[in-house]
Amino acid sequence: MGVDWAHAGPTVLAAFLASLVEFVEALTIVLAVGAVRGWRGALGGTGLALLALLGIVLVLGPALTRIPLDLVRTVIGTLTLLFGMRWLRKAVLRSAGVIALHDEAAAYAKETATLRGLGAKEAGALRGLGGVGAGWDRVAVRTAFNITMIEGIEVVFIVVAMGAAGGGLLVPASLGAVAALLLVAALGLVLHRPVSMIPENTLKFTVGVLLCAFGTFWAGEGMGLAWPGEDWSLLGLLAGFLAASAGAAVMCRARLAPVVAVPR
Amino acid sequence: MGALKAVWSEFIGLFVDDGSFAVAILGWLVVSWLVLPRLPLPPAVAPVILFAGLAAILVESTVRRSRVGR
Repeated sequence: MGVDWAHAGPTVLAAFLASLVEFVEALTIVLAVGAVRGWRGALGGTGLALLALLGIVLVLGPALTRIPLDLVRTVIGTLTLLFGMRWLRKAVLRSAGVIALHDEAAAYAKETATLRGLGAKEAGALRGLGGVGAGWDRVAVRTAFNITMIEGIEVVFIVVAMGAAGGGLLVPASLGAVAALLLVAALGLVLHRPVSMIPENTLKFTVGVLLCAFGTFWAGEGMGLAWPGEDWSLLGLLAGFLAASAGAAVMCRARLAPVVAVPR
Repeated sequence: MGALKAVWSEFIGLFVDDGSFAVAILGWLVVSWLVLPRLPLPPAVAPVILFAGLAAILVESTVRRSRVGR
């Protein structure tokens, strides 16, 4: 079945941006593992997790295409809305200063300190069990595997959701995610430090708006509602969610503004 | 086993962060699904109502959270 790439554009973009955010977060921890515990374990754990994630996409993606599209759109639309609204809510609260921005440098420093602390205690224990001495540092493999799986599960959900509910768009969605993975891996290779120059919250804001628009569109179609202009109404939904979230950020900021006492 | 548990809790955490926010979204979707297709509205209005409810939930939840402060 051919892919209409003009139609697939928003899917590729959403998968790419969402994956970029998640892979940047995973890269921070993988870099910390590599720097403290060695690259063999860090890359081994990451590779294992990527294989597991690929397996989930390969099993879930095609399986969902066998379910009637209306049912898939209702369920995936609902889940995408829950997921996207959660992202957008957090992005609004971060941009308004209600909750702290995610700081990759701080996350790197924290993980490095934790791994150094583990170094003395667990490495000794593992040597006794043949762990480190046997060639693979289990702490490194486990930590890299866990973080890649945890961040990657979000990527898998987005790829599978966009691919299934979009109607045969699994390949474009996967390509968006793979492009993000390659970009982050290249940045990690060149920089060898956390990628902190990517405006993470702006990306989360953008992806949140995209996911909310897609989720509302699919949920509405699953309910049997007729969208005016069909696919073009996605643009209206994007504008609507952007306006609502920007308005919400302004209102949140106003509530947080310090009350200045006016001298009489 | 620990890794599986972490992945499972992360999976649930994908959809639910603030409980009342998630319940409000699900509630609005159920109400919309039950009511909107049955209302004698022009076809273009029902999707707008669906969107407006979701946007209102987002704004209300963020503003309510900001009242709690940093």
